[in-house]
Amino acid sequence: MAAITEPQLGPNLEEPAGWRRTKNRMATVLMVVSFILVIIPLVFVLYTVVAKGIKIISWSFLTSGPIPPNVAPADVGGIGPAVLGTIEIVALATAMAVPLGVLGAIYLNEYGGKGVLARLIGFFSDVMTGVPSIVMGLFIFSIWVLHFQFSGFAGALALGCLMLPVVIRSTDEMLKLVPNPLREGSYALGASKARVTVTVVLPAAIGGIVSGALLAIARAAGETAPLLFTILTVTTANPNPFSGPNTSLPSQIFANATSPYVGAQDRAWGTALTLIVIAFVLMITARIITARFSRFSR
Amino acid sequence: METPEQNVAADSQLTETAKPPLPKTTTEPQVQPEQYAAARESVFDVENVSIYYSAFRAVTDVSLTVHENEITAFIGPSGCGKTTVLRTLNRMNDLVAGARVEGDVRYRGASLYGKDVSPIAVRRRIGMVFQKPNPFPKSIYDNVAYGPRINGEHNKGKLNEIVERSLHQAALWDEVKDRLGKSGLSLSGGQAQRLCIARTLAVEPDVVLMDEPCSALDPIATGAIEDLMKEIKSRYTIVIVTHNMQQATRVSDRTAFFSVLRNEKSDTRTGVLVEYGPTEKIFHDPSDPRTEAYVTGQMG
Repeated sequence: MAAITEPQLGPNLEEPAGWRRTKNRMATVLMVVSFILVIIPLVFVLYTVVAKGIKIISWSFLTSGPIPPNVAPADVGGIGPAVLGTIEIVALATAMAVPLGVLGAIYLNEYGGKGVLARLIGFFSDVMTGVPSIVMGLFIFSIWVLHFQFSGFAGALALGCLMLPVVIRSTDEMLKLVPNPLREGSYALGASKARVTVTVVLPAAIGGIVSGALLAIARAAGETAPLLFTILTVTTANPNPFSGPNTSLPSQIFANATSPYVGAQDRAWGTALTLIVIAFVLMITARIITARFSRFSR
Repeated sequence: METPEQNVAADSQLTETAKPPLPKTTTEPQVQPEQYAAARESVFDVENVSIYYSAFRAVTDVSLTVHENEITAFIGPSGCGKTTVLRTLNRMNDLVAGARVEGDVRYRGASLYGKDVSPIAVRRRIGMVFQKPNPFPKSIYDNVAYGPRINGEHNKGKLNEIVERSLHQAALWDEVKDRLGKSGLSLSGGQAQRLCIARTLAVEPDVVLMDEPCSALDPIATGAIEDLMKEIKSRYTIVIVTHNMQQATRVSDRTAFFSVLRNEKSDTRTGVLVEYGPTEKIFHDPSDPRTEAYVTGQMG
């Protein structure tokens, strides 16, 4: 119709003006605005932490200890004990939660089927995702710390409880993405269920499983609340996570940032930057591992 | 029906062992394995089989005999249960929750659904190629070596030999010999399907079941796979489900025509075997009017 009224040759291929075009433009504007709104707090947080933290970070800040008292100026001592404590606690929590979570997800997806047990586990794992982290800390405090003592291990238990449902859920989603024909192809060659799972399903999903686990680790490394009641946050290094109070980066931030001394607050910024860098490194590692493992799937 | 001793002897062949021996005949225990092929012809004896998914009866009253070193084609309209019957032959239906088989399915005399029969041992002898090519996300080499490896073959030299032989049999060797380390997913549709065939042949099965292996392929790739089927049938028994009647006439020795019975009351559809016989007869002199209507294109 438009072609008849217009002098040019051929049909009119321009988008006609009207409500449809208006809607389209409104949606585009909305998306751009939302993007900017999302990016503002992100950039602001990163900028503040980097700007305030970068000047204090040095090798000796990351490694030396014990952590000086709050009154000490920023250029004295370092947060070595907190770095060590975080590594100990997060490594232990990972060693407990990741294998258990992956195995749990394998059960849910490959073995449990639509059975009552599998659905029950899936349900409770989802419920656990929603439990506030401080409640997890109190839980470990009452069942472990009261009977034994404050220790890095108690902190690891609390963080492990937090990581477990996240690992289960992310692994479960990855296993669901493995196409069924792959399983059938393996079964048709005379593979048992365990073989199918180990040689076909897990390799096909491993990239996603690893990156899901690393995200859970990064998340746990930044948790403060569950550590408050479990490791006691001391200032000296404790290389033995199974005995005696310990310390960690996030609880050190909490202890330092709430103090009125300038030195302590600078230390808190430096510690925060350290934590962000650790999370960043884990994310990058997750990306690299995902790409490495999926080289046969393209 | 079999006598109890026969059952025990036959079933024991399909229970899981590391390297299952060739199935021996149950009636003539003295017969040596190499004479065996000549002594017995039928590979599958299907008698009065009905297949249910929970309460729903998907296929009913199927009786047919699949013969050794022949290509048997299952044809029929959509929903007539061809694939369901095919998947009963190597117990792939076990993977579907609620699937149940009634009647007698015997593989070289042994009941496939006997109490101690391991589906794993069954599938090691009775391989399957699927409708859509499903190479594993592994290298081409690892795809073919997968079956032998899970069956305990780890000798590098032997694996190389098996991979080369299987790829040759599947007419794929020349195209992939220089890139065995590349992903199996990098192949085109026809190549991927031949890779899946090579993967199936690598475990040296007795029977190869093919579920519409060419439906996702162009005519040239289809021709390549049909030639390959004719090539390998001297060593294997092949059962193929196909939607393509020309394909059935081109490759098969025997054809089974399935149709759909509609239950007006419950509005469900159940597949039935209408006619089974030599392909020539099914297509040129069918005894059932439904077969005639289907093969002459008046229906379906």
